[in-house]
Amino acid sequence: EGHIQTLRLDCVEYVKLLNKYAEKKSALGTLYLTATHLIYVEQTNNARTETWVLHHHIVSVEKLPLTASGCPLLIRCKTFQLLHLLFQRERDCQDVYQSLLRLSQPVKEEELYAFLYNPHQNEEDRRQGWEFISVANDFSRMGLSNDYWEISHLNKNYEICSTYPSILGLPKNASVAVVTGSAKFRSRGRLPVLSYYHKDTKAAICRCSQPLSGLTSRCVEDEQMLQAISQANPNCPFIYVVDTRPKLNAMANRAAGKGYENEDNYSNIRFQFQGIENIHVMRNSLQKLLEVCSMKSSMSDYLTGLENSGWLRHIKSVMDAGMFLAKAVCEERASVLVHCSDGWDRTAQVCSLACILLDPYYRTIKGLMVLIEKEWISFGHKFSHRCGHLDTDPKEVSPVFTQFLECVWQLSEQFPCVFEFNEHYLIEIHNQVYACQYGNFIGNCQKERLDMRLHEKTFSLWPHLLKNQHLYRNPLYRRSLESTVLRPSTLPLHFKFWCGMYNHYDRGMHPKQSVLDQLLSLTQKQEEGERTMTELQRLAVADGVLPDPSGPINTPTEQDSPSEKTPTAPFVQSNGSCLPLVNGDAEEAGPGAEKCIDKEGAEPGATEHDLTSSEDKPVSVETEHSKEEVQESS
Amino acid sequence: MEFAELIKTPRVDGVDLHRPFMPTVEGTLCLTGHHLILSSRQDNTEELWLLHANIDSIEKRFVGSLGTIIVKCKDLRVIQLDIPGMEECLNIASSIEALSTLDSVSLMYPFFYRPLFEVIEDGWQLFVPEEAFKDLESMTDEWRLSEVNKDFSVCPSYPSLLTVPKDIDDESLCKAASFRHGGRFPVLSYYHKKNGMVMMRAAQPLTGTNGRRCKEDEKLINATLCAGKRGYIIDTRTIAVAQQAKARGGGFEQEANYPQWRRIHKAIERSNVLQDSLIKLVEACNDQSHSMDRWLSKLEASNWQSNVKEILTTACLAAQCIDREGASVLVHGTEGTDSTLQVTSLAQIILDPACRTIRGFEVLIEREWLQAGHPFQQRCAQSAYSNGKPRSEAPVFLLFLDCVWQILRQFPCSFQFNENLLIMFFEHAYASQFGTFLGNCVAERVKLQLSQKTVSLWSWVNRPQELERFLNPLYEPNNLVIWPSVAPQSLLLWEGVFLRWNRSTKCLDEACQEMVHIIEYNKELQNKVNSLRRQLAQLETEESPLQTP
Repeated sequence: EGHIQTLRLDCVEYVKLLNKYAEKKSALGTLYLTATHLIYVEQTNNARTETWVLHHHIVSVEKLPLTASGCPLLIRCKTFQLLHLLFQRERDCQDVYQSLLRLSQPVKEEELYAFLYNPHQNEEDRRQGWEFISVANDFSRMGLSNDYWEISHLNKNYEICSTYPSILGLPKNASVAVVTGSAKFRSRGRLPVLSYYHKDTKAAICRCSQPLSGLTSRCVEDEQMLQAISQANPNCPFIYVVDTRPKLNAMANRAAGKGYENEDNYSNIRFQFQGIENIHVMRNSLQKLLEVCSMKSSMSDYLTGLENSGWLRHIKSVMDAGMFLAKAVCEERASVLVHCSDGWDRTAQVCSLACILLDPYYRTIKGLMVLIEKEWISFGHKFSHRCGHLDTDPKEVSPVFTQFLECVWQLSEQFPCVFEFNEHYLIEIHNQVYACQYGNFIGNCQKERLDMRLHEKTFSLWPHLLKNQHLYRNPLYRRSLESTVLRPSTLPLHFKFWCGMYNHYDRGMHPKQSVLDQLLSLTQKQEEGERTMTELQRLAVADGVLPDPSGPINTPTEQDSPSEKTPTAPFVQSNGSCLPLVNGDAEEAGPGAEKCIDKEGAEPGATEHDLTSSEDKPVSVETEHSKEEVQESS
Repeated sequence: MEFAELIKTPRVDGVDLHRPFMPTVEGTLCLTGHHLILSSRQDNTEELWLLHANIDSIEKRFVGSLGTIIVKCKDLRVIQLDIPGMEECLNIASSIEALSTLDSVSLMYPFFYRPLFEVIEDGWQLFVPEEAFKDLESMTDEWRLSEVNKDFSVCPSYPSLLTVPKDIDDESLCKAASFRHGGRFPVLSYYHKKNGMVMMRAAQPLTGTNGRRCKEDEKLINATLCAGKRGYIIDTRTIAVAQQAKARGGGFEQEANYPQWRRIHKAIERSNVLQDSLIKLVEACNDQSHSMDRWLSKLEASNWQSNVKEILTTACLAAQCIDREGASVLVHGTEGTDSTLQVTSLAQIILDPACRTIRGFEVLIEREWLQAGHPFQQRCAQSAYSNGKPRSEAPVFLLFLDCVWQILRQFPCSFQFNENLLIMFFEHAYASQFGTFLGNCVAERVKLQLSQKTVSLWSWVNRPQELERFLNPLYEPNNLVIWPSVAPQSLLLWEGVFLRWNRSTKCLDEACQEMVHIIEYNKELQNKVNSLRRQLAQLETEESPLQTP
């Protein structure tokens, strides 16, 4: 507590944190504002509850009309947490309101948390941290360079395309003139480049932005560029060109001198629209979804609200497009060129999803980092704008990345054994994207990050996640399924509402016992057991109790390869979704839960955090000392 | 009647069987008195054995001389049979129709079924009221076992032995019975050990429009209250529905006559509405359209999830009154055989850890459903594909199982059984080789001599070989009350039943196996560690005197 006191900017006593499901009466607590967090501390009997909210996570602060019991303040977070505070004095409420408005909406990048956060690492650690995930390595993993594709440094000064990475995968037979010419014909210079190369079929997924075709324009170099991509795949005589937008949107763009490929001008392309809506539709949809989840409603209102929000329809449209790509690559052995308008939102969603469907590597803890680094960060998904890190145009904000994470979650519900990570991992990544505690998601493209010198001034998230990977493991993960292409069912009834994300902080809604946590603790017990076993066997051999040290249980390989595995089918096909006992909703206990247990009864625990430099400081954690009967038992 | 008369064509060769997510099987179709069998006559291929009783409805289609029969089953499966020859197809179809709609109970398969296993423990003896009463007696002496209904004349839908307050004599019981719908006077359903509170159930009181009252009925339920305490009457109907019931001679307890009771009305739908809900839900689940809006609006329109929510909410309310408020509860709706039983049985699952074991759950079904007179035969005569006007069919029991599944999902470590047990009960309630779910009440079952002429489902389930399938590997006995969340987000569609035939379960089965593997491996490891520890410790004690110089 001492630290909270010293670091506080402001402190208000006699504040109530209202519980949405007002079963238990809220006690009076104290609200602290520090440079980085809002902290609410409630002390009842011998239980201390701390709720930490990072200022960057706050999306809106709203003063509600005065009531008889006080002045209410509603705080909404990007993590979908809702805080309903009640002040006794209007003055306090107003002060906190003003402070939060200022603290939650930094104007300049340098004000972001990452620039003052130091996880006690030296410069060497920092450098290694930033080098830990490398897009170039992923190119080699895919088998580049090879006869058809090469790694190009044409964009090393970001001159061809300012929002692209410095290294690009390009068809070997595309000349510099073709590359630069094609870039000039694409919106913001985002020319067609390699996203993923599928070794087995030699088919590639490429991405770009819309062509500047308008009503009649054409560009020979761009046509040659697509030809080059097509020729880089000896297994298929044509390529798919997928415009992920609804046809109407694409047509409207033609009037503005942009648009889509005219099939008559490009040889051997098969053109296809996918109908994913734009960022504004998605933003509004999430808004409606969150209204539904925050209301205490009847089943009928809930289902109607879910339908009217359109959220699951949009998730399905992204999944459908991802599936189209994966199918084209693995079944038709066809290369695909994907774009939307600028090629940094829908294109990123669809390409990264296809990668996950096609390549088991991206279903591992590290693989997902690589994928996010590659398709999102380096290809210029505008994280700063889309997440609203700074007080900028609210119309640029959109949950595009959240939708991608949800698609991964939907897949993990249908395929419980193919992901190395669990739901906590996706939620933690989501929280970190908005937290700006690490530098990875600050800025809108690589060039901007370079200009900000993020690698010198901030730290990378990935090593931090890797260090905590025991929290993010999926105990059911089976490596034997590795070489399979996922073919999820995309029937509407297989898409579920992700309660673990959008109602993450409504603990009461989640299963009271978590299968995932249970299995994670078993895995941990197993590791300890195996260590003990080895030690005991060593002693036993020394004492002559055991003649042979190699007991069957001691072979470490056994846990990784459970006996009698079914031979791997070429495809994992599922129209299914949830295993009753292992379904995602049972896994909804987010990372907060562990932290909650860690802190149980340990008041000083939180106070030991150094607010500016502690490395394991919760980004946004609600600690609770629940008196729920069953939780006591588990 | 001979079944042979109904079987116009007993055998057709060259029939194709199509099932979702399975390869087509070509084989010979045979009709027997109770089964539709399709056999490819090849080793390693699964044969299809389908009870006629499981067939909900059939559809015929013809393309040239190739006939197709779509068979829709009560367990919600849909299969397609391609039968060469129009006449054969018509014969098969009309035979199936006749055989699957036999009116007489005594022609049902359980009367013909001979078990291929040895009955070690007779399931008909699973629940013995006298023994259950002994348990109760060890906790309280305020109750007695009454034989007032021994010939089923006081209440035809009640069993012969009933637990009633000690101070109420049989004569009063008869009078109270005449004041309750169907003679279903208030009886003990559950005794909460922790605080001695009780849950009773009954049918609606017959107050009628002129506000009839019955002193014996009032005395009967007041006898369950401690001095100065108030109890709760949970009427599963809305106040409007309960008011309307007065016109038909029914009604609800007037405050003036029951001053010690607080009445709460809930809104569980009546059984005839529920059947419609099931039909709509299954129709939505079978819709292969790719429109998300259409799916969600159909799901909403079916009202199924709303029904689940309302039933669970009411059960939580009853449990809350007992456990949190320390009050006794009387539950009833109209007849006291449907929504009443949903509420009393679910409340027990919430309150009583014993009901969360396999045996305890079986006893609960036996006690609160079968003996309590839920009319299984009427309710389960047809399922979601019935196309005729429903008579008294309703998925009351299925909704109960769905609610249990919801609780199980929220407390995955608190139940000894897994989802498979619930699905199996659903199947057997609708079509079975066992006699357990035949008849509508104990009186009918006695008359049918089920316990002599048929095998009990429990005799089969409780064999160790069968039980294994139903065990929950995560089970850790938990003696606490478990409060499920009833927020809409917390209640999911029960895919194990409603999407069972619309999805491939390969990945889910793998996950299940993997989970079992992790748990088993851990147990094995801990055992080995412990035994090695013991061995070493022993060695140390043996050697220690020597080692001390």
